[in-house]
Formats: sequence, C-alpha cells, structure tokens
Amino acid sequence: MPSAREINRRIKSVTNTQQITKAMKMVSSVRLRRAQERALATAPFTEKMEGMLQRLSAAIPGENNPLFIQRDVKRTCYIIIGSDKGLAGAFNSNINKEMVSLLKNKPRSASYLIVTGRKPVDYLKHLRITPDYKQTGFSDKPNFGHAQNLARKATEEFLAGNVDEVYLVYTKFKSALSQVVTQTKLLPIEPSVSEKSGPSEEYLFAPDAGQVLSTLLPQYIDMVIYNGLLQSAASELGARMTAMTGATDNAGELIEKLTVHYNKVRQAGITNELTEIVSGANALQ
Amino acid sequence: MAETGKTIHLEIITPDAAVLNTDVSFVLVRALDGDLGIMPGHAPLIASLRIWPLVYEKDGKRNCVCVASGFLEVNGNTITVITPAAELPADIDLDRAERSRARAEKRLQEKKENLDEARAQASLKRALLRIDVAHKYGGK
Repeated sequence: MPSAREINRRIKSVTNTQQITKAMKMVSSVRLRRAQERALATAPFTEKMEGMLQRLSAAIPGENNPLFIQRDVKRTCYIIIGSDKGLAGAFNSNINKEMVSLLKNKPRSASYLIVTGRKPVDYLKHLRITPDYKQTGFSDKPNFGHAQNLARKATEEFLAGNVDEVYLVYTKFKSALSQVVTQTKLLPIEPSVSEKSGPSEEYLFAPDAGQVLSTLLPQYIDMVIYNGLLQSAASELGARMTAMTGATDNAGELIEKLTVHYNKVRQAGITNELTEIVSGANALQ
Repeated sequence: MAETGKTIHLEIITPDAAVLNTDVSFVLVRALDGDLGIMPGHAPLIASLRIWPLVYEKDGKRNCVCVASGFLEVNGNTITVITPAAELPADIDLDRAERSRARAEKRLQEKKENLDEARAQASLKRALLRIDVAHKYGGK
C-alpha cells in the first residue's frame, strides 16, 4: 500500500500532465479551425478548375495529351501524406497501415514512394525501406508551393516513363472526430465525360484548346495535391484535438480516483493513531 | 469604350482565397498568344494567361492585379480568373519580390548543372512583375 505522500506526489504529476494535454488540446482546436477554413477556401478554385477541364475535354474529345496516356502498370508511384509530429491519436498509424498494405506482396521495385511528414519516413526506416523522395517539415501548415513541388516530382517521373500510375494517399477530413485514409488516382488523368449531353456552348480558346489543356493539366494536379495536403493537415489537427481531449479527461478521472484513495489512506492513518493513543491511555490506568 | 453603365463581373480566385470580386467595364489580359481585351457581352472563352498584370477598368478608373499565370474563363456575364498566385498592388511585398529577383538572377547566372531553367525564369518573371506593378500602382 503506497503511503499518503507517495499518492500525493502521483496526483501532482498527473495534474502536470493534464495541464500539458489541455494546452495541446486548446492549441490544436484553434489551429484546426484555421486549417478547416483554408480547406474550405480552396473549394471554389477546385470547382472552377474542374469545370474548365470538363469543358476543355468536351471540346477536344480525342486529345492525346501525354498526361492522359494509359500504360501497362509496371511501377506505381504513391504520394503518402503523413504528419511530422505524433500525439495525434491513430492519425499516423492509419497512414502507416495503409502504406504497408500498399507495399505488401510486391517487390520493392514495383512501387515508387514519395513521402511527406517525418512520422511515415521514420516508420519506413524502421522497416528498412528508403523512400524515393521525401519532403518534411510542413505537415500542419502546407502551402501551394509544397504541392507544386510534389506535383512536379510525380509528373516528371510519370512523363519520363519511370512510373505508370500515380496515386495520392491522404487523410480526408470528415469532422474533428472522424478522418478517413483515402486513395485517389492522380495520373494518368482520366478525361471526365460530362454528363450534360452535347456541347452546351461554343467556347473560344486562346491560343487553342490543346495548348490551354496542356497548361491546365499540371495546375490541376497541383490543385489535387494541395487539396490533399490541406485535408491531411486538418485531419491531423482534428485527430490531435480528439486525442488530447481524451487524454485530459482520462487524467481528470485518474486524479479523482487518486484523491479518493489519498483521503482513504489519510483517514486510515488517523484512525490508526487514535486507536494507539486510546489504547496507550487505557494501559496506564 | 463600352457604353457607360454596362458591366461584367470579374472574379479572381487563388487556391487560398478570392482576391477580387467586383463589377468592371473592361478587362485587359495577356494570353499565351497575345493581349485580350474583354468587354461586357463577350463570347464564351477560355484562355491561358502569361505572367503579366491584369488591368481592369471600373468606374472610369484603371486598376491592376498581379496575375502569375493561370486561366481565364468568360461565361455569360462573368469573367473568372483562376491562378496559383494573384496580388492587389497594395498587397505586394516589395522586399520579398526584390529578394526573389536577386535569387533568380543569381541562379540563372551561375548556370549550375542541375538548374531548372524554366523554373528560375518563371520565378524571375514573377518577381519582375510584382516590382513593376508595385512601382506603377503604388505598393507598400
């Protein structure tokens, strides 16, 4: 049975931990709100770009842009988006699990790995796998430049014929409580056939549809990756907030239990002493 | 000039925000194959833009936005510009632009082996554009 003083010390240490988790919870909830706003702010941009892409591919149905070309898949590129810091609940382990299931049962040479975030990189190191390209240090505050950089790398490899498919693996933000690891195909781009039948309006193009398309596609890829980065950032912060809320609650519960225990032990000590004094006094009579 | 009172809606959207959302009477941009002037009632159009200032006229006054490439779509009575980066003259950070110009120039002069020439050129162009617009239209 631990002494009253030991229990007291334990209570103090748990209180300290609780303060830290509480602070982290507060910080991540503020940053989550900002990240969510940013993720939402890209929606109109994405929408317009998709609309433009659709109208373009409707205008030139048989377009053979190199980014459209389907090849036999010998090597697949995965862009894995993870986080730099831990203490975010299952966020990183979900990404790691997905990554392992992608790599499993395949020779290492069949996949090309682009990894962002320190956590997945460290995990791969533990498995003795070296990512082909990595970029770290921005997971919870990505900007468009990071997305452009990743897109350029993936597009280069695709156009050079080193990889035949590119997938983006990121965590989709549903709410602060639920985030889902998602995989989307980036390359080759599948020209979307618009559901609206027939050319609704005749568009003019400057300089011409082919050239506009070839400048639009790279930016479209940038955009998809940027969206993935923002979603992942929001998910990371959401997961961290939930995890830290849980940790703070648990610490509170633990403190309560320990306090009850402490009082019991203290009470027992007092009773004990009283009995001793009374019996001592009785012996003297 | 267009009849006064007739306007077209101009929207400039970047991945992070809508930079401009207003009614204008005239827009001048530079597409890959040359300048385009757009007035109210323009036919539907999609164009790729160069790194060049976008000039618009509102209430008889000309104003300008830095547009670092991107696309323009005219549909109905709306012009939508989507671009990775756009800045109003007042938002331009002149110091940053000067620094990035110096950096790009240095990179182009050194001619290192693994230099990505197109990228350095584009970065230089963006910096020059910002500096130019900031001087002309009074940045910070």
